[in-house]
Amino acid sequence: MATPVLDKVEAEAKAAAYITVTFRVRRFNPEVSAESTWEDFQLEIDPKERVLDGLHKIKWDLDGTLTFRRSCAHGICGSDAMRINGKNRLACKTLIKDINPEKPITIEPIKGLTVLKDLVVDMEPFFQAYRDVMPFLITKDTNEPTRERLQSAEDRERFDDTTKCILCAACTSSCPVFWNDGQYFGPAAIVNAHRFIFDSRDQAGEQRLEILNDKDGVWRCRTTFNCTDACPRGIEVTKAIQEVKRALITRRF
Amino acid sequence: MSTTETTASGIGPVEGAALYDVDNPAPVIEAPRQRTKKTPKPTRGNFEMYGWLFMRLSGIVLVVLVIGHLLIQLVLDGGVSKIGFAFVAGRWASPWWQVWDLAMLWLAMLHGANGLRTVINDYAERANTRLWLKGLLYTATVFTILLGTLVIFTFDPNIR
Ligand code: HEM
Ligand code: SF4
Ligand code: FES
Repeated sequence: MATPVLDKVEAEAKAAAYITVTFRVRRFNPEVSAESTWEDFQLEIDPKERVLDGLHKIKWDLDGTLTFRRSCAHGICGSDAMRINGKNRLACKTLIKDINPEKPITIEPIKGLTVLKDLVVDMEPFFQAYRDVMPFLITKDTNEPTRERLQSAEDRERFDDTTKCILCAACTSSCPVFWNDGQYFGPAAIVNAHRFIFDSRDQAGEQRLEILNDKDGVWRCRTTFNCTDACPRGIEVTKAIQEVKRALITRRF
Repeated sequence: MSTTETTASGIGPVEGAALYDVDNPAPVIEAPRQRTKKTPKPTRGNFEMYGWLFMRLSGIVLVVLVIGHLLIQLVLDGGVSKIGFAFVAGRWASPWWQVWDLAMLWLAMLHGANGLRTVINDYAERANTRLWLKGLLYTATVFTILLGTLVIFTFDPNIR
């Protein structure tokens, strides 16, 4: 079969698959107005494309002022968490066909963090909580990286789930306790503490547990499961938080 | 979610039922007070842990105490119509019901007060608001517990 024919068939199939969707985007520009507003954009797009592709279409072809974060575009860097149709997701992992494109698709910045412009929020409080749990390997006897630190497969399995975190903030910004009081560590910081607390090679688990025993630590969690629902990596966030609570209780009794 | 059926891809729905859409938008949420390098101040001690445990343990005991209380007061043996001075006096003549009511008073008050403390911690952002609300809460709690305890211990059925 000659290649041009195939191209034509593909092109026709592609054109036929295009649909018109409306993206209703929450716009905010502090240089223009203190209020944020909804703006609609009409797009011709393949429904099997992702919301991020739609945002690219807007930024590149319709309105270059639209501001959002993205880097990898493949669910790895964690920069494009946003509230799409009322639910926190990664724009680069959400297919348009999965979120009812017959109606306008609403796209807002994640909640609980100050909006800087359009879909970009100030992540500093989020990363401060992350830094506060000391998310790095701490060893007391041998600090020099002289040899590999060995670990059994079972020991590795113990914290496997929480190693998957990409720090997108979808969980923390879906948590009602965090919405009400940003002093709470938030699920993401606890997930990343969990990753080291249950690592057999790490020796500062006790210290991290003490940090999370804080007034604004794990005890503020109300088990609403919003974080588990939001996590684009499928991490069982609420379970990780409960495991930290259990470790704190069994440490005492 | 009808969209997935209309695409010819043959891929079934990935998402569950959607909670929100344009006609039913998710609520607006303002950014809360922020975590910084200096706030919140780290706290020591296990107070919050004991509070958390107490809510669960007192809750379990309260299920028995409260349901038992409601059954005796409102359902069994003629329901509410039987309640009167004589009925209460009769029950408090037995140390068993005195201890029952005392435990229920203390547990429910401390449980409720700690629950409201949680609610205040969640919703009141300004240090002053928190201080006043908690002051009011603790005063009311201490007053009710002391008054209730006093009544249970000094109750005299032969009052004129
Ligand atoms: C009957 C059995 C009861 C059980 C099993 C129970 C259980 C619980 C538990 C486990 C919590 C903690 C929730 C969390 O941290 O997420 C809680 C919170 C609370 N409870 Fe109870 N409780 C009971 C009765 C009561 C009573 C009688 C009162 C009022 C005096 C009360 C008032 C509260 C309040 C105000 C909260 C805080 C609500 C919140 O955290 O959002 N409860 N209860
Ligand atoms: S736990 Fe999941 S939702 Fe939370 S920051 Fe990590 S990847 Fe994102
Ligand atoms: S752009 Fe990197 S996670 Fe979506």
